[in-house]
Amino acid sequence: MTQFLKYVAGIQRRQMLYGTAATLAFLLVSRVVVARQKPVGKAAGGIAHEAGDKVDLVLDINGQERHLSLDGRTSLLDALRDHLDLTGSKKGCDHGQCGACTVHVDGRRVLSCLTLASMASGKKITTIEGLAGPDGGLHPMQAAFIEHDAFQCGYCTPGQIMSAVACVEEGHADDAAEIREYMSGNICRCAAYPNIVAAIEHAKVAMGRA
Amino acid sequence: MQPFAYTRAHSVKEAVEIIHATDKAPGSKAEGDAQTQFIAGGTTLIDLMKLHVVNPARLVDIGSIEAQREWSSVTADKHGLHLGAMASMAAVAEDKDVLRDYPVIAQSLQLAASAQLRNMASLGGNVLQRTRCPYFRDVSFTACNKRNPGSGCDALHGVNRQHAVLGGSDACIATYPGDFAQSLIALDASVHVAGAKGTRTFPFAELHRQPAETPHVETTLRPGELITGFIVPAAPWTRRSAYLKIRDRASYAFALASAAVALDMADGRVRQARIALGGLATVPWRAKDAEASLAGKPLDERSAAEAAEIAFSQANPREYNAFKVKLGKETLTRALLHVATMEI
Ligand SMILES: Cc1cc2nc3c(=O)[nH]c(=O)nc-3n(C[C@H](O)[C@H](O)[C@H](O)COP(=O)(O)OP(=O)(O)OC[C@H]3O[C@@H](n4cnc5c(N)ncnc54)[C@H](O)[C@@H]3O)c2cc1C
Ligand code: SF4
Ligand code: FES
Ligand code: FES
Repeated sequence: MTQFLKYVAGIQRRQMLYGTAATLAFLLVSRVVVARQKPVGKAAGGIAHEAGDKVDLVLDINGQERHLSLDGRTSLLDALRDHLDLTGSKKGCDHGQCGACTVHVDGRRVLSCLTLASMASGKKITTIEGLAGPDGGLHPMQAAFIEHDAFQCGYCTPGQIMSAVACVEEGHADDAAEIREYMSGNICRCAAYPNIVAAIEHAKVAMGRA
Repeated sequence: MQPFAYTRAHSVKEAVEIIHATDKAPGSKAEGDAQTQFIAGGTTLIDLMKLHVVNPARLVDIGSIEAQREWSSVTADKHGLHLGAMASMAAVAEDKDVLRDYPVIAQSLQLAASAQLRNMASLGGNVLQRTRCPYFRDVSFTACNKRNPGSGCDALHGVNRQHAVLGGSDACIATYPGDFAQSLIALDASVHVAGAKGTRTFPFAELHRQPAETPHVETTLRPGELITGFIVPAAPWTRRSAYLKIRDRASYAFALASAAVALDMADGRVRQARIALGGLATVPWRAKDAEASLAGKPLDERSAAEAAEIAFSQANPREYNAFKVKLGKETLTRALLHVATMEI
């Protein structure tokens, strides 16, 4: 272990009783209304690597533990596609601008191209491959996309579907206008938008969220 | 992307200790070259690292579960609103208290980026997001004082349609791209930071620096300081507030012009106005003279247009962004008229 890692391990062992003055003052004077952010996943300590080193990770993907040894720079998207053969998630822009790489982390839709694989360890990852039921039965959103012809080339589709499932689960699919706004992070170069909106309106009923 | 070392911090204190153990004097270099960078959502940082614009030697991940628990709460009481810096944009945009009592904050977050990005991005990272100036983002352009101090500025005579008409200098005219910061500055927020020497709190308006001769120094944070939260004081104008954002497409785009407006009205007249402008300036921009011009007046087409005129009296447009002066004035006028007639 390098000096640095020893140092960090040292501070992790010490008990952290310290809070910032701000946090303390704020706990004393404020009424905590609700804990807004639901805690995500189980704690995964000890992730650290030096520049150029490989990092050993255990990722929880579609309910399976996957062990990986990766270049520390690997994005979650590249880990999925290039190291785990989960090529459903697509790389459109690699810069957060298109939504083709959308996956769920701890139940929330995120962009896997702007997430380091290291940052995802200890969290629960769901990709398009994990959406169908254990018997292979399609998720209602997948079925609705087929029924409504909600794609042409299909490249954006896995991202659209992952985003659409979250959009409904978040309660942001009340009407077409709301669906359009909350699906704006998923670009479709074929402009299948009207059919995507129709598929989501349909699937939301099957998902029990109408 | 350059290779980097990575460590996950499990508390604010640990994050500050790690950064000080590894990065003694990052202050003199371009901000993006600081040897160690915190990483929260990563939506600014990973993007710029892939582009080789920011090349840190070490990342300290402050998005761990433990760190999130410690500083992502949103609480409101009679003194005001406290926002933990690790709260996600999405969580704060949907918070019931924020929606009811500080609508300008909720709207500035909801109208930003996409649902996915708002789930990932933290409030602390949001206020520190870097400019979208295309010459800054593309390292094949050699002249960029922000990326490479002293090299010049390719945007001054380039395609500067997105660039700032307020607060620029001959060294840099890059627009501050964010939305949320405008609502903070309009509502007189403060920012809490933690560093090796302890914590401090100062007005949010003092966080960002105009480019002047040193566009690479974007904030007044000291090396290794961590933003831990924001305090928005309760005030009579917070409920009557809104964020209007004008952009090239209806959603998922940065502002070409935006206005954060909050008004305290009595008997049809303005008691106090709070105005900040986005998409138009090099920093989150407070328009104090325009605010003062409204005090005591009824808010109508005329007083709103006068305030907008005043807000842009110092505007300095370039070849391709002159349209922003008119767009900015109309955005502000519309925002003022809307907020004056809001049902609260
Ligand atoms: C396609 C796209 C569209 C977007 N559109 C919009 C938009 O319309 N409006 C808008 O406002 N934003 C927009 N954004 C920007 C986005 O909101 C920011 O990238 C995001 O808020 C940054 O937060 P983060 O937690 O991901 O920051 P990170 O990328 O993790 O960090 C950003 C910077 O802040 C530093 N940092 C992070 N947290 C702290 C802290 N607590 N203390 C000290 N330093 C810290 C990091 O070291 C880094 O330098 C867009 C981004 C993308 C990719
Ligand atoms: S405007 Fe600023 S960021 Fe853009 S090229 Fe000029 S110096 Fe760089
Ligand atoms: S590939 Fe991730 S948003 Fe485009
Ligand atoms: S179906 Fe072709 S990009 Fe959407």
